[in-house]
Amino acid sequence: MKFDLILAGVGGQGILSIAFVIDRAALLQGLNFKQAEVHGMAQRGGAVQSHLRLSDGPIYSDLIPKGKCDLILAVEPLEALRYLDYLQPEGTVVSSSSPYVNIPDYPPIADLLDSIREIKNHLIINADQIARKAGSGRVQNIVMLGAASLFLPLELDHLLSALKEFFQPRGQKIVDLNLKAFELGRQEARLQLKIN
Amino acid sequence: MEKFVALGDEAVALGAIHAGLAAAYSYPGTPASEVMEFLIRASQEKGFVARWSVNEKVALEQALGVSFAGKRALVSMKHVGLNVAADPFINSSLTGANGGLVVVVADDPSMHSSQNEQDSRFYAQFAQIFCFEPSSHQEAYEMTRQAFDLSEAVGLPVMIRLVTRLAHSRSSIFPREPVSPKSLPTGERSHWTLLPINARRRFQVVLNKQEELRRLSEESPFNQLKLAGRSSPLGIIASGIAANYVLENWPDLESKPSFLKISTYPLPEKLIRKLMDEVDTVLVVEEGYPFIERNLRGLMGIPGKRIRGKLSGDLPLSGELSPDHVRQALGLKALARLPKLSSPIASRPPQLCQGCPHADTFLVLKEALKDFPQAMVFSDIGCYTLGYFPPYSAIDTCVCMGASIGMAKGAADVGYHPSIAVIGDSTFGHSGLTPLLEAARTNTKMTVIILDNGTVAMTGGQMSYASGEYLVKMVEGLGVNREHLRLIEPLPRNLEANAALIKEEINYPGLSVIIASRECIQEARKKKRGQE
Repeated sequence: MKFDLILAGVGGQGILSIAFVIDRAALLQGLNFKQAEVHGMAQRGGAVQSHLRLSDGPIYSDLIPKGKCDLILAVEPLEALRYLDYLQPEGTVVSSSSPYVNIPDYPPIADLLDSIREIKNHLIINADQIARKAGSGRVQNIVMLGAASLFLPLELDHLLSALKEFFQPRGQKIVDLNLKAFELGRQEARLQLKIN
Repeated sequence: MEKFVALGDEAVALGAIHAGLAAAYSYPGTPASEVMEFLIRASQEKGFVARWSVNEKVALEQALGVSFAGKRALVSMKHVGLNVAADPFINSSLTGANGGLVVVVADDPSMHSSQNEQDSRFYAQFAQIFCFEPSSHQEAYEMTRQAFDLSEAVGLPVMIRLVTRLAHSRSSIFPREPVSPKSLPTGERSHWTLLPINARRRFQVVLNKQEELRRLSEESPFNQLKLAGRSSPLGIIASGIAANYVLENWPDLESKPSFLKISTYPLPEKLIRKLMDEVDTVLVVEEGYPFIERNLRGLMGIPGKRIRGKLSGDLPLSGELSPDHVRQALGLKALARLPKLSSPIASRPPQLCQGCPHADTFLVLKEALKDFPQAMVFSDIGCYTLGYFPPYSAIDTCVCMGASIGMAKGAADVGYHPSIAVIGDSTFGHSGLTPLLEAARTNTKMTVIILDNGTVAMTGGQMSYASGEYLVKMVEGLGVNREHLRLIEPLPRNLEANAALIKEEINYPGLSVIIASRECIQEARKKKRGQE
């Protein structure tokens, strides 16, 4: 089993938190992983991405070869489009529809969503709205993880354990908030994909 | 022991702890910062010394002191940090190491967060010391442990060369039983006192050790040679993480080439000769400069052999490698994939945070400089270098740590006015004191603005030595005229008053220092979160 995904977003949107939860769940499931992340200058409000590779065998490259990526998980719609040439032809894009506008030439959101809809396998999630329903606009990243969890080769129990473990140091309230965000994101994805 | 999840940087740090580390020093810099971050977290429990230093030179000198005292020391830095530490680094090969001395340097090919992509393997060669180049987290851990033993065995410092993609990649490792810290008797003063009479002798010692270093490299199990026999005329030499890119593409190669993975320097000559004897063409795949390739090719090349790599144009000379570059160099067809969008995607460069104090200082500076369109603003290295971009477009230079003040003084010396330096508090502590001392003694007609946000912000908020009251006292102590040492608080409501103050100081025909002091917004947020 091999599964490669790219996490995409803007510095500060919490893609490293998503990465940590997936890493941990992979470990619980006995899988190997390599996860390349971005630190330093680019983290200051710039485009950031993390290449995350899961396998039950050895993993060589820390970077995903172009054409091998199975899933792009984007917490921001413009960022969803930045790494498309990594995606294999049958790959999936799970993207938030909530724009993070911090550049003057940010394109019209409708154009971005149209471009995502042109990809054969895609899922667009209103992460901002669902995060607020869960209790805070700040948990959009975990809403997206919940939505993408349907595509990950990871057992739900492992993801939930990893999620709890990651947020536990910040208290039970924060754990519950993120569990809710995850659950609502996953529900939304099931609804859109018509899975019961 | 249990599986342990670590960044490449952290695997090195854990290796050092398990090798019986006594003390570690560093200055923050991407992609090396997480070595020390990890060590500081672990040091409280384990009882070794782990500290941020004022700069890389001081860090290396402290590590050298630890080594002379018979204990194991690590110093970590980004590649350009080794330029700052180059003086003690090169000389430490002559003094030799007593307790194991390991110099960890993280290169940044592609300049993700740096001003150049220099390759530290040249520094290891320059100092004539042994160098490990890990390709995986496990190797980073194992090599660091071995580096301490090797340093003590040969009596020289040892380098670990990392690159961004390993330093900042996370994976799991299997640690081994740690060894306890030990103490060696202190060494010989004639080794450490590099008077010409001693240094000549010591240099000969270093030269005499080269054969042993080469032998150790040739025998190292981290170098792996797999000969394909005469079935393939192609050989591949790959080092560090570049070897991973070869292995990534390996299953798709119809005829398997001979393969040498190089993980240690000096170059394992015997292994290279063995490979070269079997092949007609060799492809050299390495991250950074064409170090191996250039050594192999020399001036004249090798008669009858084709050497391919960066110099031949098969791989790019700049930027980091990827599995895709290597795939192409191996002659494999690109994998099927989705095309990029036809229209370009708006780029999203990094920028100053909302509410950043530097942003306010730059807006004030722009306001003040409306009357001085010819002003040159010499800037330095930190978050504030982002002031280059609109809407600020406020700075004209970024060269190396502390360069702003020296450059502004040079321009002022030849009559340029206004000549303005902009430097952060930590950068000032790192390398700004000495040029300011000179400017103060000569009362040069220039304006220095120190942006004091109280932290090393860009690398994640490490401690700054030259901040707050301490900073004011330091500047005064260097001999800056108290009347022209001014403090401002960069807030939007102070814009007019602050701009007027800056204009006043620009017009003063001598040295002025303005300290713009307000806490980094990220650090303020962190504190607030901690109190919640």
